[in-house]
Amino acid sequence: MYVADSRANNAPAVLPESQAVAPGIRPGRRAALAPTVLALGTVSLITDVSSEMVTAVLPLYLVAGLGLSPLGFGLLDGVYNGVSALVRLTGGHLGDRFGRHKALAGIGYGLSALCKPLLLLAHTLPAIGAVLALDRTGKGLRTAPRDALISLAAAPEDRGRAFGVHRAMDTAGALIGPILAFLILRGAAGGYDAVFTVSACVAALGVLVLVLFVPGRRAVPAPGAEPVSLRASLGLLRRRDLRRISLGALLLGLCTVSDAFVFLLLQRATGIADRWFALLPLGTAAAFFLLALPLGRLADRVGRRRVFLGGHLALLLVYGLLLAGGGHPALPYAVLLLHGGFYAATDGVLMAEAAGAVPEEHRGGGLALVQTGQALARFAASLGFGAAWTLWGARPALAVAAVLLAAAVACCVRLRPADA
Amino acid sequence: MTATPPTTTPPEAPSPADPSPLTPRRRMLILVSAVVLLAVVGALAFVRASSRADEKNHARAGGPAVSHGEVTLAPDGGGRRLVFRNMAWGPFRDELATVPADAPDGPRTASGVKCLRFHSAGGTGICLQAEAGAVQESYRAVVLDSHLKKIADRPLAGIPTRARVSPGGHLVAWTVFVGGDSYAGTDFSTRTSLLDLRTGKYDASLEDFTIRKDGETYRTADVNFWGVTFAADEKTFYATLATGGHTYLVRGDLAERTVTTLRENLECPSLSPDGTRLVFKKRVPGLSADAPWRLYLLDLASMKETPLAEERSVDDQVVWSDDRTVVYSLPGDFGADLYSLPADGSGAPARLMPSALAPAFLG
Repeated sequence: MYVADSRANNAPAVLPESQAVAPGIRPGRRAALAPTVLALGTVSLITDVSSEMVTAVLPLYLVAGLGLSPLGFGLLDGVYNGVSALVRLTGGHLGDRFGRHKALAGIGYGLSALCKPLLLLAHTLPAIGAVLALDRTGKGLRTAPRDALISLAAAPEDRGRAFGVHRAMDTAGALIGPILAFLILRGAAGGYDAVFTVSACVAALGVLVLVLFVPGRRAVPAPGAEPVSLRASLGLLRRRDLRRISLGALLLGLCTVSDAFVFLLLQRATGIADRWFALLPLGTAAAFFLLALPLGRLADRVGRRRVFLGGHLALLLVYGLLLAGGGHPALPYAVLLLHGGFYAATDGVLMAEAAGAVPEEHRGGGLALVQTGQALARFAASLGFGAAWTLWGARPALAVAAVLLAAAVACCVRLRPADA
Repeated sequence: MTATPPTTTPPEAPSPADPSPLTPRRRMLILVSAVVLLAVVGALAFVRASSRADEKNHARAGGPAVSHGEVTLAPDGGGRRLVFRNMAWGPFRDELATVPADAPDGPRTASGVKCLRFHSAGGTGICLQAEAGAVQESYRAVVLDSHLKKIADRPLAGIPTRARVSPGGHLVAWTVFVGGDSYAGTDFSTRTSLLDLRTGKYDASLEDFTIRKDGETYRTADVNFWGVTFAADEKTFYATLATGGHTYLVRGDLAERTVTTLRENLECPSLSPDGTRLVFKKRVPGLSADAPWRLYLLDLASMKETPLAEERSVDDQVVWSDDRTVVYSLPGDFGADLYSLPADGSGAPARLMPSALAPAFLG
């Protein structure tokens, strides 16, 4: 089992940060990873297996299973991105307010788990779209409380590693899910219901691991402590450190070309055969999986901000390679490695850095603010890049994105914390 | 964890708000029982699906009689007939099969060649088929000669949805459906490819053609094409272009490598044998979102639309059985059934044959 039950039974559910590190740890030798982090990683791994099983077979199910052809139209529109941002902020804030990150995360995971059996009943495009929207709502709700739990369970100097482990496990699930789904379809042709049923069972297991092995409610608030108000949550942005981090994430997010465009541009630059196109996201995921932990540890050692900015330099290199093009056989591998490295150096590392700038009682809301700012910036970037492509063509649009990204990184280097 | 600094944290004791009565041993017990229970549920679902899949390999009582035999795509080979994907349960399921055009309900002759999508004209066939891969199923477009021998093939990037051969048999086109690469897989796109058998020229994606929209060159990443239909001159084609949430009828020119938008809200056009009319599926406002399409006729000279007499939503690219009649599929009890309908808005739909898909009228 992943979850070590080494803790004494009567220990408090979550130790205050200053006590989370066992005494007598020498520099250079690290404390064992908090069981909570492994438990949450396991939950994410299991949940991602479940959700990626569905993602992988959904197009096939729609076309071959239901005989529908949602040609060229998304099931969810852009409006949903706004709703999703609100849900995310809500999840983060409520977790703080009631001191119950675990309960909020549980509701989020539970909602998504519920969607899998619902897929067995939804046979029309609008119904399937509604189930997917509900699934995303669950994902939005759980993300900030889960990251708050990770940050609270790890010692401050180990947060990069903790998020690295979590993101690696999460990505591992995303790699396993599609394989499991296609093994089922191979054994039972047209057995989409079996895929959804197994996915539902896997998701239920994820929720159960969360309930059983992730410590619950934190200690009672000290007498006289103010309950966390919505105003205080939003007022977090008055903190100089958090404002700096959010601003940086926002600025860099605005220069991030979305995955779908990166893969499209990669195919154009290299002429990768169509049959390999579907495997490109797996390449990025594999690099993310391999690099998440090493880069998380590196962030703990040399500074999270540096690694975060370094990740964006990797993205800048991706743009550069795509612009340079050329038929070198190593080009696709280099691009995917750098692209996965970009995620490994930015996704969990940003949370590790932001956690340091938010007091414990505001952790969920603070992380949600940073995540939401970044997500909305990336969405805006995706719309902007699409428009630039229409106006100027693919290569000029990418060149502009590269210049903007370089400028944003330079800007963030100048925008360094006072104590650096 | 409290809001106050850790130094003032109360002494370590189980929080009263967290009953947490579970010992590690009990937790493991719950976990193991749950794993066993969920594994049983999952395994039952798999076994059920797999036996159901197996059932489809056995012929159903009351289903059409199917036997193995020779199927030819030659225009003069065996009179007026239909070649289609046989959907009837049994050993010949998914194989190309043929029946005489005047006895569509009669016994079927199956060829041994399996296709998901198929079309044929001028002695050439296009068959989009599945291939079992290492980790997942992949797909291949195979061009067939009149004896169903492979003369060309190409790998496909997604799930087959449409296929067409030009009247003279020199051009083939197909559309696949490429799944989303984002979380929850909601971004779907299509890829339409064209192959000229005279020159071997292959266009993997129509998106490389120059698009003329409202008199100007139009460029965007958000372009999808589907549903090609060819004219008798073996260079002009019509297709659907989707961009910015709208669909357009385009006329394409293979020599100039251009497509020009002609009209909005028109999908899966099918050109009449005389080249004067298109039957297409139209997204009609006010219909439910899961059955949004109706069949319409478009007269290319007057650009006048006429609704056809089919009340149901049709999600197919029709074929013309002659200059006055179209044939299309609707979901049936065993896959799909074929219906025929006058192409001028008169009459009523009539079921042509059960358990069949992707027909081509030959001879």
